[in-house]
Amino acid sequence: MAQPQKVRVKNWHPPGHVRAPMYLRGKTGEIERELGPFGNPEELAYGHKASRRRLLRVRFTMGELWGAEAENPADILEAEIYEHWLEPINAS
Amino acid sequence: MPHDHPDHSHDADGLSPSGHPYRPDQDHKLTRWQAMEIAMRELLVEKGIVTAAEITATVEQMDRRSPADGAKVVARAWIDPDFKARLLENGTEAIREMGIEPGVLKLIAVENTPDVHNVVVCTLCSCYPRNLLGLPPDWYKQRAYRSRVVKTPRKVLAEFGLELPEKVQVRVHDSTADMRYLVVPGRPEGTDGLDEAALAGLVSRDAMIGVATARHP
Repeated sequence: MAQPQKVRVKNWHPPGHVRAPMYLRGKTGEIERELGPFGNPEELAYGHKASRRRLLRVRFTMGELWGAEAENPADILEAEIYEHWLEPINAS
Repeated sequence: MPHDHPDHSHDADGLSPSGHPYRPDQDHKLTRWQAMEIAMRELLVEKGIVTAAEITATVEQMDRRSPADGAKVVARAWIDPDFKARLLENGTEAIREMGIEPGVLKLIAVENTPDVHNVVVCTLCSCYPRNLLGLPPDWYKQRAYRSRVVKTPRKVLAEFGLELPEKVQVRVHDSTADMRYLVVPGRPEGTDGLDEAALAGLVSRDAMIGVATARHP
């Protein structure tokens, strides 16, 4: 089986309605599964004709999200992130 | 506290004779959004797009949704491994197969096992699988739950009375976009003889959010 694709959530701070939570921005995780294309909420929120964007579930470790403050670094958090918020991290 | 003291009124302490606080009448001006809702509804009715009866029927239909539907799905998954596999593979299609119309719901079911405990939150707002569970509890929508369960899930679960051993991995699911989540709790021991309806009776709303386990019979 292929290794899960590693991705980083972009550390963008655009104004307006976005659905990438602040606490995940800049954090690295792995694609857990692909959910297919959905209307981009950043356009839908303003009544615009929305483009279709791939939505992905990304798995983060609590250690990655909270560092030394994590209760148990091996615990997991999963969230849905649109493709335009993700940048791939190539295995070095 | 409720008590009989005919010599004085209870208005002074703000409690009704049965000991409950009075809820003030809503005599304040309508908020902008209340006014907008009424204007939109009246226009839709006036223009013949919907009738008032249809609006009431839709509200009633929404009010009829309850955690009982989700509990039926969990009970079916407990007794039918093939159904459970389909539910975990494609939750939306699996509930349709049970006669529950998913509507706009896109469902991901996640299973609790001896090694993994799942819990659901929507940090951005209050996304919730209403078609399966009805209306969300107030705490689910409040900032305290939404901000704390993603950082200290074990502490939050302990406050709900659920202490998880260190060896159990916690998985928090933040419904940030289009999917909604159903936790399939573990089947309690000692339930081999129970039928599907009795099993469904063990599955609470909180167990399907992931802040509790299924009840023991």
